[in-house]
Amino acid sequence: MKFKILLIIFFINLNINLHANELVEESKIHKNLRCLVCQGQSIADSNSDFALTLKMVVKDLIDQGKTEKEIYSFLSDKYGDWILYKPKINLGNFLLWGIPYLALIVGGVIIVFLIRKSSKKA
Amino acid sequence: MQKIIKSIIVLLFIFVLLVFYNSLYRETNYSTDYLVGNKLAKINLKSFDDNKIYTSEDFKKSRYTLINFWASWCAPCRVEHPYLMQLSKEKNLRILGVNFKDKKINASKFLNELGNPYYYMAKDTKGKQSVNFGIFGIPESILINNDTIVLKKFIGPLNEQNLNDIKKIINSL
Amino acid sequence: MLSNTGNFLLFINIFLSSLIIYNSYKCLKTKNNIIFKNIYQISLMQSTLVLICFFTLIAAFVVSDFSLITVYQNSHSLKPLFYKISGTWGNHEGSLLLWVIILTIFSFLFLILNKNHSKNYRLYTLIIQNLLILGFLFFIILNSNPFSSINPIPKEGLGLNPILQDPALAIHPPLLYIGFVGSSIYFSAAMASMISNYSGRLFAQSIKSWVLISWTFQTLGILVGSIWAYYELGWGGFWFWDPVENASLLPWFAMTALLHSLLVLEKRNTLYFWTIILCLLTFILSVTGTFLVRSGILNSVHTFANDPSRGIYILIFLSLMIFASIYFLFSKYRPTNDYINSNSKETFVLINNWFMMFYLITVLLGTLYPIFTDAISNNKISVGPPFYNSVIIPVVIAFLFFMAIGPQAKWIRNKFSNLKSILLILSGAIFINFAIVYFFKSYSLISNLILISSLFLIISSIFDIFKNNRLGLPRIISHLSFGFLILFIGLSHNFSVEKDFNLKLGEVKKIDDYEFALLDLKLSQETNYRAVVGKLEVNNSNTMKRRTLYPEIRIYDNPQTLTYEASIQTNFLGDHYLTMSNIDRSEYYNIKFQHKPLMIWIWVSVILLSFGGFLSLFKNAKNN
Repeated sequence: MKFKILLIIFFINLNINLHANELVEESKIHKNLRCLVCQGQSIADSNSDFALTLKMVVKDLIDQGKTEKEIYSFLSDKYGDWILYKPKINLGNFLLWGIPYLALIVGGVIIVFLIRKSSKKA
Repeated sequence: MQKIIKSIIVLLFIFVLLVFYNSLYRETNYSTDYLVGNKLAKINLKSFDDNKIYTSEDFKKSRYTLINFWASWCAPCRVEHPYLMQLSKEKNLRILGVNFKDKKINASKFLNELGNPYYYMAKDTKGKQSVNFGIFGIPESILINNDTIVLKKFIGPLNEQNLNDIKKIINSL
Repeated sequence: MLSNTGNFLLFINIFLSSLIIYNSYKCLKTKNNIIFKNIYQISLMQSTLVLICFFTLIAAFVVSDFSLITVYQNSHSLKPLFYKISGTWGNHEGSLLLWVIILTIFSFLFLILNKNHSKNYRLYTLIIQNLLILGFLFFIILNSNPFSSINPIPKEGLGLNPILQDPALAIHPPLLYIGFVGSSIYFSAAMASMISNYSGRLFAQSIKSWVLISWTFQTLGILVGSIWAYYELGWGGFWFWDPVENASLLPWFAMTALLHSLLVLEKRNTLYFWTIILCLLTFILSVTGTFLVRSGILNSVHTFANDPSRGIYILIFLSLMIFASIYFLFSKYRPTNDYINSNSKETFVLINNWFMMFYLITVLLGTLYPIFTDAISNNKISVGPPFYNSVIIPVVIAFLFFMAIGPQAKWIRNKFSNLKSILLILSGAIFINFAIVYFFKSYSLISNLILISSLFLIISSIFDIFKNNRLGLPRIISHLSFGFLILFIGLSHNFSVEKDFNLKLGEVKKIDDYEFALLDLKLSQETNYRAVVGKLEVNNSNTMKRRTLYPEIRIYDNPQTLTYEASIQTNFLGDHYLTMSNIDRSEYYNIKFQHKPLMIWIWVSVILLSFGGFLSLFKNAKNN
C-alpha cells in the first residue's frame, strides 16, 4: 500500500523534473516587478509607457542570458527595492521572511506542550 | 517572568502605534529621488544627430552634467524648458538632453520653438536606455559629477527651487 | 434642510447613547436581575433614529442636494438612481454612518436576543458597545460629517469615481461591514465577560450566532470584492494581496479561528482566555484595517481619498481599544487548566487556530512591513503577491490535510482506528491528481501537492456526509467547499492561458492555437460615458471554436476618467477574458486575452462556504 503511494509520488516527481527545466520565465518576472507609475499593479498588468519599456528591457536581459536574480538586482539598483514585489532575503527583510515561520514553529510547540501537560495529568 | 512578557507586549503595541503615527505624515507616493550616490554604469547613448555614441568618458570633461530626459509630446517638459535655458548659461555645467520615445522632426520643432539648452543631444527612441538611468516617467533630470556619480535626482518638471539647488551644488567647490 | 435634520439626528444619537450608558450603569447597581424597561426603549429608539439619519443621507443623494459637501463631492445629478443610492456608502463619510448603524443595531439585537443570560454581562456589553458607538459618532461629527453643508451651493456635483459605479461594488461595503463592524459586538461581549466574570460555556453560547453572522457576511463581502476586482480592474486576477484586500482578510482569519475555538469553549469549557483574545483581536484588526485604508498611509489600488486628520482620530480610537483590552486581559488573566487530549477534536481545533494565526501573522506582517522599513530605515520596499504565495502556499498543503482529518476525531478522546481509510483516501487523491497530469498537462511540485491535498479534503468530506449524522452538515459543507475552492484555484491557475500582444484595426494575428482579429472599432455614447467598443474575433484552431468579444475603453465625464472594461464570456468550463487598451502615440491596441478555466466554480465554492455558515447559524438559532 505505502509502496504503491511512494511509487506514484515518484512518477509525479519525474514528471515535474522534466517540466522544471524551463528557461527563465518572462511572465513570472513581469509579475514580480511593480509598475512604479501605476497604483499597485505589476508591469504584467499594465501597459503604461513605463511598463512597456520595462518589458522590453527584461526581454533584452533574458536574451543576453541573464538569470532571474541578476535581472532583479539590476533593476533594484536602478529603481530601489520598491520595484520588487518579492522582497529580497537580506538583513533588512529577515524579520519579514522569518517571523511567519517562527510563528508556525512556536505555535506547534505550544500545542504539543499543551497536549503533553494534559496527558500527564490524566 | 510574567511581568517581562506583559511589558514586552505593551511595548510592542506602543511601538506599532508610534510607527503608525509617524507614518501618517509621510509621503506615500514613491519616487526614486532618494537613490543618489550611485555611479551610472555603462552609459551608452546614441547621438541625436549623427552616429556618435556617448559614453561615461564624455562626461569627464565637465565638472557637472545634468542629464535631462525629455520629449516633444510631454507637456510638463515645456514647463521646465525655461529653467533648462537658464542653466545652459552656467559654466560648470553641461546639459545632456536625452530625447525619449520621440520623432526626430517633432523634437527639432520643439527645440526651434523654445530654444536649445543642450550641450549634448542624445536619443532614446525605444526608451530602453532610460532604464539604465532609473527613469520611470518624463521629465526627469539627474545631476552627476565628472565621475558619473549621481548627486541629485529630479522627478517631474524642474522648478525655481530645483534651479537654485542645482546652482548651489555646481557653484560650490 | 437635510443638513440640519441629519446633524440634529446625530446629536440626538449621542444623547441617547450617553443615556443608555447612564441607565445601564444605574441598573447595574440594583440587586434584582431585571434590566430597566427604559433601556430597551431607548435602544430601540436609538436604532430607529440612526436608520432615519441614514435615510436622510440617502434622500440627500437621491435628490442631489449639493448643499451637502459629501453629496457634492461624490454624486452628480445625471447619475443613474441606483448609483446615487449606492454612492451614499461609497464614500468615507457615508460609510462611517453605515458603521454606526451596524454598531447600533447589533447592540440592540444583542440586548433583546440574550434574555436568558446574566444581567450584568448584558449591561456591560451594552455599555461598551455604546462607548464604541459614541466614539464613532464623535468621529463623524468632529471630522467626517456627511451632513456638513457648503456655501454657496454648487450647481452640479463632481460625480462618483466611475470604477465605483458598479452593482457589485454597491453591495460590497454593506456586506463587509456587517462582517467586520459586526465583530464589535463580541469585542464588547468579551470585555463584558471579563468584567462581570461571566465566562465559559454560557459566554460561548451568547456570542456564537454573532460570530457566525459576521463570518458569513465577511466571507460574502470578500467574495463580492474579488468578483468586482476580477471583471473591473481588467487584469484577470481576483486577488492581488493588495493592502486594502488584506485589511478585509485579516479579521476573516481571526473570525475563522474564533469560530473553531468557540466550539471547544462551548463543548468542553476550556480555552476561555484564548477565545477572549480572539474576540478582541477580530475587532482590533477590523479597526486597524480601517485605519490603514482611510489614513492613506498605504499605497493601494483601492485608495480612499486620504487625510491624516482622519488617521489621527482612528489611531487614538485604536490605541484606546488596544490598551483597554490589554489592561483587562492582564488583570483578569488566571492560568486555567486547559485539558487537551491528543487526537481529540480540541487538538484539531487548536491546529486550525495555529494555522489561522500563521496566515494572519504572515498577511499582517506583509502589509505592515513596508511601513516599518520606511519609518525606521527610510528604505521603501514592496511586499506583493510573490511573497504571500511563496510563504503561504506550502503551508496550505499541510493545513488541508489536517482539515480533512480533524472532523473525524471525536470530542475528548479518539484512537486512530481510521488510519486505513485515511491512506485509502490519500491514494485516491493522488490517483486523481495523477490522472489530471497524465491526461492534460504537468505542473510544478507545489501545484501537485496543493491539488492532492485539496482532493484529499474533498474526498474525506464527501465520505463524512455519508458516514456522519446530519449534525455536522454545516461544517462538512464549509470544509468541502473550502477544498473545492483551493482545487479550483489550483486548476484555474495551472491551466490558464494568457496572450498579450498588440493589434491594430483590421489586423489578424496568430499565436499558438489562437487566431485573433480586430474587426471593428465603434464609438458609442451612453448617459454618463463615451466608449470605444472593439469587436474581436478569437479562433481556437484546436477546438475549432469561434467567439466574438467586445472589450471597451470608456471615457467617463464626471469626473474625467479612462477605464478599460473587460469582455468576459463565462461558461461552466471556464471564462474567456479579453481587455483592450490604447497605447499612447500609436494606432495599435494592447490586447490581453486569457482563457481561465473553472472560474465560476471558484465563486460557487465561496458561496457554498458561506452557506455552511448560514446553515450553522440557522441550526444554532433552532437549538437555543
